[in-house]
Amino acid sequence: MNTSVDAMEMDLATPRTPRAASHPTSKLKLLLKREFWEHKGGFLWAPVWAGAISLLLTLMALVVGEVAARKAIASGKMQIDGDVTINGLDLGALTSKMDPDDLRKLSDGIDFSMLVSSMWPMVVLGFVVFFYCLGSLYDERKDRSVLFWKSLPLSDRDTVFSKAASALLVAPTLAVGAAIACMFAFMLLVSAFVLLHNGNPVTLLWGPGSPLANAGLLLASIPIYALWALPTVGWLMLCSSWSRSMPFLWAIMIPVFAGIFISWFEVMNVFDLQSGWFWKNIVARSLLSVFPGSWVDVMDLGSISKGHAPSHAMVLKSTYAVLSTSQLWIGAAAGVAMIFGAIRMRRWRDDN
Amino acid sequence: MSAAMDRTVITARGLRKAYKNKVALAGTDFEIRAGRIVGLIGPNGAGKTTALKAILGLVPFDGDLKVLGKDPRTQRDELMNDVCFIADVAVLPRWIRVREAIEFVAGVHPRFDADKCRRFLQGTQLTPELRVREMSKGMIVQLHLALVMAIDAKLLVLDEPTLGLDILYRKQFYQRLLEDYFDEDKTIIVTTHQVEEIEHILTDVMFIRDGKMVLDAPMDSLAVRYTEVLVDAGKQDEARALNPIDERALPFGKTVMLFDGADPARLAALGETRTPGLADLFVATMKGTYA
Repeated sequence: MNTSVDAMEMDLATPRTPRAASHPTSKLKLLLKREFWEHKGGFLWAPVWAGAISLLLTLMALVVGEVAARKAIASGKMQIDGDVTINGLDLGALTSKMDPDDLRKLSDGIDFSMLVSSMWPMVVLGFVVFFYCLGSLYDERKDRSVLFWKSLPLSDRDTVFSKAASALLVAPTLAVGAAIACMFAFMLLVSAFVLLHNGNPVTLLWGPGSPLANAGLLLASIPIYALWALPTVGWLMLCSSWSRSMPFLWAIMIPVFAGIFISWFEVMNVFDLQSGWFWKNIVARSLLSVFPGSWVDVMDLGSISKGHAPSHAMVLKSTYAVLSTSQLWIGAAAGVAMIFGAIRMRRWRDDN
Repeated sequence: MSAAMDRTVITARGLRKAYKNKVALAGTDFEIRAGRIVGLIGPNGAGKTTALKAILGLVPFDGDLKVLGKDPRTQRDELMNDVCFIADVAVLPRWIRVREAIEFVAGVHPRFDADKCRRFLQGTQLTPELRVREMSKGMIVQLHLALVMAIDAKLLVLDEPTLGLDILYRKQFYQRLLEDYFDEDKTIIVTTHQVEEIEHILTDVMFIRDGKMVLDAPMDSLAVRYTEVLVDAGKQDEARALNPIDERALPFGKTVMLFDGADPARLAALGETRTPGLADLFVATMKGTYA
């Protein structure tokens, strides 16, 4: 192209009536925001409600326990060491009588209860991400809103990327936030209970327990989750972008029937592998890896000594040891490949 | 380069697209220039929507197509900065709120003017917190149109934008488009079955039938080329000798005949003459389509 032609094009580009000045855009931010707007119920409220319900159950258990204990004491069936039984349970004397070993057990117990109380939002997260991915590229075709999104200057790459990022990072971060809030609420609830019984929640709970370290563990598991969940997210999004109807059925049937076929004919024997290998590394990885902690199978548990509850540092170390397994990286690569497949698919997949 | 100089927006040569059991585009050629409002009119299944989808890079096809100098198959992402479309009234996501829709489009489209959009929504029942699922069909169209008109695009494509709307919304739709949006640097392509309603806003018309353009002409040339004659009783045979492209009988022995390029002086002798409406022309051209 020579310069005179360029000059002519410049002339033509200058419109007769001035065009509105273009302004900067922040497409990725808005794309993520859009996913949040649409899926606020799943990303935010579902984990929050799950946490709230687990707290409610804890409260009910405390009340029932309290009532039962008081009844037992009243009827003389239960006795607590000499001087503290006067008016129901007295926890104040409890910590003063514990030796270091008991204290350690108490702290393990508190940490464990905290993590259990925070488990519900994480379980819900698995379901939320699973169904979110399954609908992510199918629903927009079904309700034809894809034609609106495609009327805007948004590439398929950015759109699909924003959906994958919502599943792998936004949703887990919100769920972890809910889990941490739930953990602290649990501690407050139990503190109130301890106070009610003349106990000192600082020495009995907040001292031996380590809520901050627990919160740190949950936060630190987000990157592992993102990498580990990639094959499932990729597979579900691929099905979502490809299927003309019933993405759920396709997503489940293909790997499961492949597994049945392989078990039936013992195809894996050709590779010197059991069919269990296929179920574990293909079927489960393409359907169940969105559930937090599903990587426990490949975790190096050897470093966690038997008999004692593991320290936070040890749990963190063995969680991050997952990064050195081939299962994680091969799965992640497969997930990325399937996400690219979904991008290609969205480019030409029609709305009908 | 000549294409850029005469401000051609779309050039299509030999467009072909076949679905499994039907040919939608059969080697279609056409050209659309800037500053025009083009009506793409054809019977159901004639290939209108496929042609528009090809222009918008939504379906693969064979042949040569340039939109604003770009190939929609390979350069769609760049193209969409200057092209916008309304596919039909039902495509706005049902969960979105008016406020969110404006914020989203403002954030992703460099040529979207949010204030302009809010101005368009003044005087409507659309409040910021309202969700699409709570709106009537007409309100959804108002929102969609406000969003699209606030985008300073070079090419706007409308595929049956007023389908299923009552006449008040339909009139308002085209009125706003003409008054508040269209100018000589913009190009609008519109398809609709309500031919009479867009007749007066079109500058050009294209009739498509079985995947081919059967008429492609500026509106003002139609008056020169086509004449409708209210043929007096007794002169029918004389009139038929001039090869009318269509004729229909009226009560009391009169016949209306439509002529393509016949001598105006001779036609005047046959009876009262007038310029045919687009709808009559369409019916005459598409005779036998569903036969």
